[in-house]
Amino acid sequence: MHLPAPRGPLSAHLVDVLAGEVVLDATSVAAARAAAGTSAPLTDDDLHLSLWMLYELHYRGFDGVDDGWEWEPQLLAVRRELETVYERALRTACRKAVDAGVAAAGPDADLPEQLFGLVSSFDGPSLAKHLHREATAEQFKEVLVHRSIYQLKEADPHTWTIPRLPDGPKVALVELQYDEYGAGRAHRQHAHLFAEGMATCGLDRTYGAYVDAVPGLTLALSNAMSLFGLHRRLRGASVGHLAALEATSSLPCKKYVGGIRRLDLPEEIAEYFDEHVEADAVHEQVAVRDICGALVEQQPELRTEVLFGAAACLLTDSLLAEHVLTSWQLGLGSLRQPQQTEAVA
Amino acid sequence: MSATARSIAVGEGEVTLESATAEVTTRVCPNGPVLVRGADAVRDEDGTLHPATRPVVAVCACAKSQRMPWCDGTHKVVRRG
Repeated sequence: MHLPAPRGPLSAHLVDVLAGEVVLDATSVAAARAAAGTSAPLTDDDLHLSLWMLYELHYRGFDGVDDGWEWEPQLLAVRRELETVYERALRTACRKAVDAGVAAAGPDADLPEQLFGLVSSFDGPSLAKHLHREATAEQFKEVLVHRSIYQLKEADPHTWTIPRLPDGPKVALVELQYDEYGAGRAHRQHAHLFAEGMATCGLDRTYGAYVDAVPGLTLALSNAMSLFGLHRRLRGASVGHLAALEATSSLPCKKYVGGIRRLDLPEEIAEYFDEHVEADAVHEQVAVRDICGALVEQQPELRTEVLFGAAACLLTDSLLAEHVLTSWQLGLGSLRQPQQTEAVA
Repeated sequence: MSATARSIAVGEGEVTLESATAEVTTRVCPNGPVLVRGADAVRDEDGTLHPATRPVVAVCACAKSQRMPWCDGTHKVVRRG
């Protein structure tokens, strides 16, 4: 994967640092502090592209970039500045949704009931409904481009959490991830099914191919998972995020399949979403009960963290849905326009 | 043919879990499906065998699924509606 086109002072600096063109020094942390001062920490382009680059060093890295950067202390100091402000913004934005979910589940509810309460009481626009009934083929492909940022590494961010869990929830998470990774069949890996679907729709299936095309809020969605996955401190939020992801998948995926058939898009992309109808009906129960429920039974202090992670999943997903639907209502595309990309390059 | 065959209720009817080993476990999810681990297949009341292709499967318990015998999340719509 190539380094992305920068979108502001910090990402420009980091691209230069990783490419070996400038030296990493105290000014880097100062640049990070300045970027972290954004008024829109949930969506800011420079902040989230920078954070995404730093996280990708832990996944696949970049062509021509030394793998040693992954654990470079000064780069981690830059990352911490960005993570602090993003995590704080997520917590503030999620508070209401968590309270509403807990209230919806009632005073005697256990954690699984609270999680389902949170998911069903969360108020967000439905992208699936639009894709089912109204979207054009071009719009459907736009959504695939947004989703490719996470879906081409589907399951990877939550895998970081496995060794951080006690026995029962750990076994359940491994069981779920095994299915995500194709249950022993490489061609059934969900990330692979997604890549196949993209290719048959005429899209580039290469990992990271569309990073320059997606707005900061799409990168933010991926960054939330990496943030939770890479910090043991946030293990509760990581599994809560997974539970909400799975619990909001089966029914919407059925609508995606309906939209694909209506638009006569290739069968391969239908297959990806179709697999998720059944798989995620299983996964949501495993994630909510056997992972999150069992974890909170053993470590009750993680209850609010699990709920926070679930709300963060719903929130980041709804910010993307809102952006996409609003763009379409205005007759615009939801991806970054070429001139936006060039202007900062 | 199978070492174990156990029935679970699905709406008014039932399905049978089949496995070559004796290690089938079930877990009823309140207002949801039955999670089944270790089954090779589920036989419905018409005698049709549905192979289990993942390590744990969710068998529909409300009989409202459009993918019987597997859960497809429809119980959430039914419960709310």
